[in-house]
Amino acid sequence: MDYDNLRHFADSWGLVYLLVLFLSVVVFIFRPGAKQQAIDAAQIPLRELDEGTDQE
Amino acid sequence: MGAFVFSGLAVDDAFRIHMGILTFILGLGTIIAIRLPQPVAGADDKSGYMDGPVRVGSILTVFWGIIGFTVGLVAALQLAWPELNFGPWFNFGRIRPLHTSAVIFAFGGTALITTSFYVVQRTTRARLFGGDLAWFVFWGYQLFIAMAATGYLLGITQSREYAEPEWYVDIWLTIVWVAYLVLFMGTLLKRKEPHIYVANWFYLAFIVTVALLHVVNNLAVPVSPFGARSYSLFSGVQDAMTQWWYGHNAVGFFLTAGFLGMMYYYLPKQAGRPVYPYRLSIIHFWALIFLYIWAGPHHLYYTALPDWAQTLGMVFSIMLWMPSWGGMINGLMTLRGAWDKMRTDPIIRMMVLAVAFYGMSTFEGPVMSIKSVNALSHYTDWTIGHVHSGALGWVGMISFGAIYFMVPRLWNRERLYSLRMVNWHFWLATLGIVVYASVMWVSGVMQGLMWREYDSQGFLVYSFAESVAALHPYYVMRAAGGLLYLAGGVVMAVNIGMTIAGRVRTEKPMPAPAQLQPAE
Amino acid sequence: MSILDKHGVIERNASLLLVGSLVVVCIGGLVEVTPLFFFQNTIEKVEGMRPYSPLELAGRDIYIREGCYVCHSQMIRPFRDEVERYGNYSLAAESMYDHPFQWGSKRTGPDLARVGGRYSNEWQVQHLTDPRSVVPESIMPSYAFLAKATLDYRTIGGMLQANARVGVPYTQEMIDNAAADLLAQATPDADTAATAERYPKAVFGDFDGSPMRITEMDALISYLQMLGTLVDFDTYDTQANLR
Repeated sequence: MDYDNLRHFADSWGLVYLLVLFLSVVVFIFRPGAKQQAIDAAQIPLRELDEGTDQE
Repeated sequence: MGAFVFSGLAVDDAFRIHMGILTFILGLGTIIAIRLPQPVAGADDKSGYMDGPVRVGSILTVFWGIIGFTVGLVAALQLAWPELNFGPWFNFGRIRPLHTSAVIFAFGGTALITTSFYVVQRTTRARLFGGDLAWFVFWGYQLFIAMAATGYLLGITQSREYAEPEWYVDIWLTIVWVAYLVLFMGTLLKRKEPHIYVANWFYLAFIVTVALLHVVNNLAVPVSPFGARSYSLFSGVQDAMTQWWYGHNAVGFFLTAGFLGMMYYYLPKQAGRPVYPYRLSIIHFWALIFLYIWAGPHHLYYTALPDWAQTLGMVFSIMLWMPSWGGMINGLMTLRGAWDKMRTDPIIRMMVLAVAFYGMSTFEGPVMSIKSVNALSHYTDWTIGHVHSGALGWVGMISFGAIYFMVPRLWNRERLYSLRMVNWHFWLATLGIVVYASVMWVSGVMQGLMWREYDSQGFLVYSFAESVAALHPYYVMRAAGGLLYLAGGVVMAVNIGMTIAGRVRTEKPMPAPAQLQPAE
Repeated sequence: MSILDKHGVIERNASLLLVGSLVVVCIGGLVEVTPLFFFQNTIEKVEGMRPYSPLELAGRDIYIREGCYVCHSQMIRPFRDEVERYGNYSLAAESMYDHPFQWGSKRTGPDLARVGGRYSNEWQVQHLTDPRSVVPESIMPSYAFLAKATLDYRTIGGMLQANARVGVPYTQEMIDNAAADLLAQATPDADTAATAERYPKAVFGDFDGSPMRITEMDALISYLQMLGTLVDFDTYDTQANLR
C-alpha cells in the first residue's frame, strides 16, 4: 500500500462512497415519515416548565 | 498529601513549586469542604434537577471571562509597549498561553460544562446521573484550570498550542473528562423523553471528540515521574499534523460543536420558538462532525507536510463552509416571525449577533483555507483577527446570552437586575469585536504584503523589523478594542452579581421607541 | 415487559449516537494522520541530521519553557521572499528529531529555522538581554534573567533517555556521557574531541560571555546557533526527494 494506490482509491471509490453516504443520510433524514418525529423533538425544550416540576 | 510527597521528591524546581501549589489548593479545598454546612441530600432543588454545579458554574464562567479578557488585554498591551513585559513570569511567551487557555478552557470550558448540565437535565427530564459525580467533574475541571494556569507562569509547558499543560495535568484532565462522559451518557440513558434533543448530540460529540483529541495529541514520555518535563511521542512532521488535527478540532469541537449545543437550546428558549427546520440540524450535525476533523492541515500549508495532506485539508476546509452555514441558517430561521424581538430583547439580539459572527467567521475560515490566500495570511495578524471574530463574536456572545438566560431562573429571580445593562454590554462588546477584527485584518494584510514586497531592482523592500514598527498603531487600536470588550464583561459581572443578590433596577422598560433604536 | 423493551431501544439509541459520532470523527484523522507514519516519502533522505547535543537540548527546553514558539516560527515556506529572507525552505527531515515540533504559527518576530551562525554569540547575548539596544523596532521581551540563572542539568541523562524512548537515535554512550558532553560544549578550552565526534558540527565554547559558569543563556544560544545548520544544501538532491 503506497501513496499512488491510496490516491487512486480515494479519487474513485472513496469519492463515490462518501457521496452515496451523504445522499442517503439526507434522504433518510428527510423521509416523509420522519416529519412528525422531528416536530416533536423540536418541541422538547419548550415543553418543559421553567421551574422544572417533573412532568410525565 | 500525595502532592506534598511529590513536591519533596521533585527532580526539578518548577515541579517542586507546582506540586506545592497543588498541595495548597487541595488543602484549602478540603478545609472549605469540611467547614461548609452539609447540604441535606435531595434538598438541592424541588424540581429534581441538580442545579448546584450550574449555579457555581454560572458565576465562575463570568469570573473566568473577566480574567481571560484581562489577560488578553495585558498581552495586547505588551505587544504595543514591550516595556510591559515583567520576566520571567509575566513575559509575553508565558502570558499568551495563559490568555488562550483562560478564554478557551477556563471561560469556554466552564460555560460548556455548566450549560451542558443545565440543558441535558431539562431536555431529558432527568436528574444528572451519578449523584456527586457532577461535583467531581466540576471541581476537577477547575483544578485542571488552576494547575494549567500556574504551570504556564512557572514555565511548565509542552509548547503545543492550546495543549500546553504538561503530562501530569493532562492525565488529571483525562480522568475528569472520562467522568464527564460517563455523567453525560448516564443522564442520556436514564432520560424520560423518548427523543434525544439535538443540543445533546452536539454536547455529546464535543465530549467524545475532545477526549479522543486530548489523549492522542498529548501522548508523551516524561523525563521522570517526579519531574515536569516530557517529550512528545511524535516528532517533526507527524507531530505537526497530530497537533493541528488536535488544534483545529479544539476549535471545531470545543469552540463550535459545544457552543452549537448551547445555541440549539438557549436560542429557541429565549425566542419561545422551536428550532426550524429541525431536520436541518440533524444534517448539520453529521456533516459538521464528519468534515471538521479533516481541516487540520490548513494550518500547515506550504510547510514540510506532504502535499497530499495539504490538498485534503484544503478541500475539506472549503466544504466545511456548507454545514457551518447550515447551522447559521438554522439559527436564524428559528427566529422566523419573531424578528421584532431583536428590537425589544437585548438577549435575543446578543444571540443573533453570535450566530451572525458564527456565519462570518465560518465564511472567512474557508477563504483563508485557500492555499493562495493562506500564503499571504499565514503567520500574520489576520489569523489572530479571524480567531477573535469567532471567539469574541460567536463563543463569547452565545455564552453571555446563555448566562443571562439562566441566572434569573437558577436563583428564582423575576428578571435580570437590568436589561439596559445587557444592552450596554451588547454594544460595548460589539464595538470591541468590530474594532478588533477589522484592525487585525488590516494589520495582517499589511504585514503579509510588506514581507513579500519587492522593488524594481528585485530586492526586498522591507526588513522584518520595519514591518514590526509599522504595526504599532494597529496594536494600540487592537488593545482599545479588547478594552471595550472587557468593559462589556464588567458590566455583565455587575448585572449578574446584582441579580443574584436579588436586586431589581428601576429603569425604563426596554422596548424603546423604534425610531431611537440604532440601525439593525 | 413492553416498558423494558422500549427502554432497551432507547439505551441503544444513546449508545449508537455515541459510537456513531466517534466513528465519524475518527475517519478524517485516520486518513490524514496515519499514512504519514508509513509513507516512505514523508521525510526526505538527507545527510547531516543528528540528535541535539545535551547542551542544545537543554537550550531547546528553555526555548519551549519561555514560549518562543508563540512569536517565532521555525518553518520557511518555499516562497521567493522567504527563501531570500531566511534561507533554504525547511525540509521535513530537519525537524525529524523535534519532540515536540516547533514550527510555530505566527511571526510576531522573524523565522528562526536558520538563525544558526547568522549572528555572533555576543549579538545574541545583547539581543536577548535588551532586544531594543540592537533592534530598536523590536517588541521582544527582555530575557536578561537567563544569564543570571545557572543551568540546572541534573536530569540531562534522563532527558536524553526519554528522547531515546520516543525514537531519537541517542546511543547508550551518548546517554552515559550526557553531563560530560554538556560541560565540554560550554567550557572554553575543554577537551572536546569525543563530544565533537558524537555531535558533528556542534558549536563549542562559552556562549554568554561569562566562562566561569554554565547559564541558561549558554544553553539557549547553543541551540539557536545550531538551528538549521546541519543539512548541507550544496549536496542536497531536490529531485531525488520530490514528494
